[in-house]
Amino acid sequence: MSLERAVIVDLQQRFGDAVLSEQATADSISTIWIHRNRIVDVLRFLKSEIISPYKMLYDLTAIDEHGRKHRANQPASRFTVVYHLLSFDRNQDIRIKVPLEEENPSLDSATSVFANANWYEREVWDMFGIRFTGHPHLRRILMPRSWEGHPLRKEHPARATEMGPYQLPEEKEAKEQHDLQFRPEDWGLKTHDENSEFMFLNLGPQHPGTHGVLRIILQLDGEEIIDAVPDIGFHHRGAEKMGERQTWHSYIPYTDRVDYLGGVMNNLPYVLALEQLAGITVPERAQVIRVMLCEFFRISSHLVWYGTFAQDIGAMSPVLYMFTDREYILKIIEGITGGRMHPSWFRIGGVAQDLPLDWQKPIQEFLNYFPKRLKEYDTLVMGNSIFKGRTVGVGAYSQAEAVEWGVTGAGLRATGLDWDFRKKRPYSGYQNFDFEVPIAHNGDCYDRGLVRIEEMRQSLRIIEQCLKNMPAGHYKSDHPLTTPPRKEDTLVHIETLINHFLNTTWGPVMPVNESFFGIEATKGSNGYYLISDGSTHAHRTRIRTPSFPHLQMLPLLARHGTVSDLMATLGSIDFVLADLDR
Amino acid sequence: MMAEYPLFFAVLIPVCILFGFVTAGSMLIWAERRLLGLWQLRYGPNRVGPFGLLQVVADTLKMFFKEDWIPPFADKSVFVIAPAIIMTTVLLSFMIVPVSPDFVVFDSSVGLLVFLSLSSLGAYSVVLGGWASNNKYSLLGGLRAAAQMLGYEVFMGISLMGVVAMTGSFRLQDIVEAQRGMWNIGPQFIGFIIFYIAALAETHRSPFDLPEAESELVAGFHSEYSGLKFGMFFVGEYLGVTLMSSMMTLLFFGGWLGPVLPPVVWFFIKTTILISSFVLMRATLPRPRYDQLIVYGWRVLLPLALLNLLVTGGIVLMFQ
Repeated sequence: MSLERAVIVDLQQRFGDAVLSEQATADSISTIWIHRNRIVDVLRFLKSEIISPYKMLYDLTAIDEHGRKHRANQPASRFTVVYHLLSFDRNQDIRIKVPLEEENPSLDSATSVFANANWYEREVWDMFGIRFTGHPHLRRILMPRSWEGHPLRKEHPARATEMGPYQLPEEKEAKEQHDLQFRPEDWGLKTHDENSEFMFLNLGPQHPGTHGVLRIILQLDGEEIIDAVPDIGFHHRGAEKMGERQTWHSYIPYTDRVDYLGGVMNNLPYVLALEQLAGITVPERAQVIRVMLCEFFRISSHLVWYGTFAQDIGAMSPVLYMFTDREYILKIIEGITGGRMHPSWFRIGGVAQDLPLDWQKPIQEFLNYFPKRLKEYDTLVMGNSIFKGRTVGVGAYSQAEAVEWGVTGAGLRATGLDWDFRKKRPYSGYQNFDFEVPIAHNGDCYDRGLVRIEEMRQSLRIIEQCLKNMPAGHYKSDHPLTTPPRKEDTLVHIETLINHFLNTTWGPVMPVNESFFGIEATKGSNGYYLISDGSTHAHRTRIRTPSFPHLQMLPLLARHGTVSDLMATLGSIDFVLADLDR
Repeated sequence: MMAEYPLFFAVLIPVCILFGFVTAGSMLIWAERRLLGLWQLRYGPNRVGPFGLLQVVADTLKMFFKEDWIPPFADKSVFVIAPAIIMTTVLLSFMIVPVSPDFVVFDSSVGLLVFLSLSSLGAYSVVLGGWASNNKYSLLGGLRAAAQMLGYEVFMGISLMGVVAMTGSFRLQDIVEAQRGMWNIGPQFIGFIIFYIAALAETHRSPFDLPEAESELVAGFHSEYSGLKFGMFFVGEYLGVTLMSSMMTLLFFGGWLGPVLPPVVWFFIKTTILISSFVLMRATLPRPRYDQLIVYGWRVLLPLALLNLLVTGGIVLMFQ
């Protein structure tokens, strides 16, 4: 009996009737339906009472089942809450689903089991109107407090044109201003203690140190931070909602803009999830092209992080050097894809076009040029003693805390856990590449930096291997759902011509199923959970982004540091606001 | 000549010094941006006039015509006085700076002490400006300035006492003349390094720009300032840099001494190089936390400065 079977049997024995049913999905993650009464117990059981437990709450979201036609063998529900757990010991995931039948349902909060359920549950409340009883601060997280309705419900309009013209009369403006005001008592924060009166500092959403529209309210005693309350949602654009109205193919450009420094790296989990859903095998050449571009974007994103991190610590020059190098990479990317930051270049079943002639030359030049620069930066930034003084031991968390809060990527590897999805669950042919996974052990700002810098060197190695061993063959699959299909074939076969016509006019129709795919993106693990109801667009598109859990952890890292330390910590987390708010 | 027309020179020298240094200070707006551009692989301002030299004029005009806004929540009188303090103290300090043997406004026998006391007063400007703005970021900036002052003032004066001990005078002309054989940078190298660090901190220049720390406090103590009042902080900082560089030239690099060229030119060349080094520091270094600066000042630099004074004093006594 396999390990995953054993868990299901255990669950059935332990919880009996509360285990409603099992569901088969395209991603072959065990999916189990649980009755809402026992959900917290089930989560606790999976987290701490089995051998090789599922220690991380990787994602928590919901599905509005309204209007979904194909739900054979699933318990009836109006809403379904989905818990996605990850076990590092097993290298396996498990998905727990809870059916909710009412129009305004509620269930028990999982915050007592997983610390990071806090923000996820607030998001589900905000987006679906599902209440979590026992949640410490169940209030809107992404939408403004005055928002009416819950956007990810099917009855909520998706387009601005469906909502009537926007108006901001004075009373509404006053109300919104009032809502934005911070009241410490709402968060259980004291305004003073026996010795001192605290100052509440509103940091952001317009602040040079927050890298975008992030608001953090600090409770300060002098410059020491007693507590911090992040306020997010200023960058929320409804990317998930858009997934329910764009065709499978035309959604690809939206993914680019989620982690806007990651470029095509964002396309990858989306197309991989779709290919898994449709059963498309991607030709080897397309896979290697994808890997090469992704690694370029990893370096490019890390360079932006590196420069702005140094800037946050007060060094003004590195960011300019690093943007020069990034420009070099963007030129290479432009040469291949025609786009720079958002090439939207991956397609279902391959990539948009073949590599241009003479594509090797600029890449080879970059491979010769960049390592020397990295070495210089080591001396300029990481080797500087003031820089070390500001980052070593600052903003540190342990491995256990990282897992508890859902940290992935460099932040997790900096605590000593050797966990890289490229190695542990190789996708797109990463198993064929020779590279190492850098780790560090202190989990502080400096170590997170070290890991990323070494990652850039490893990315160079991968790019070099792509350059030397680019396989011949086609850049697109010949599967009928490949969108758009190979152009040259459309001139020969009537079948392909019809596919081409349908896929470009109407859009491809994906088979009914559910599919999740997570990858090692630039900032941590980025994953797409797609539900197809047999039409040209998704019934639900869930984007699991790394920045969301990473920033949720911020109060923990900020406490008892100074404002300067907070800036170092923010810089070291490497988040993108669009990746946080979607 | 000076003896023949005493009144004429009594007016000419202060006017020259005032205009010379104020112009030099404002030219730094341009010079710093061009130098940073050079070191950061970009151009810097190069559009207004030849090499962008008229950028200073453009910036000054802009500052004159900007709305001179006083926030309604600010402490008005202090808010207005604060930027004037730094301009006044720095400009007053220039009166004891001899750019050549005779070219000095106020030939004081305790010139160095006058400089030290005036430059310490400059910290009030930042502290009061931050406090009067009644803005939380400004307040934090002002608090940092006060803390920072406690960090560097202690060793700043002591770091110069080695030079004084060697010369036996506080008069700046005497100190320069005493360097005919060898510049003080040789025997007083440690004193120079400590004073240089103190000078960076005194002028709130990067890496010790904690009171304004852009990435942390937005613009720190001058967040609420605009127009000419901001301009006074801005130029005051550059004048401070010019003053500190002039002082280092006089104290450690032999002032106006040098072959062939006239004394004023030597003074100018040496000061310019030192000013550029301030800009280079800004281009290179990250910023420490304010508590780290204070700890560094008290635990490392103060003992080092005292040791330097002790050794210098010992050697001076030995050769007497």
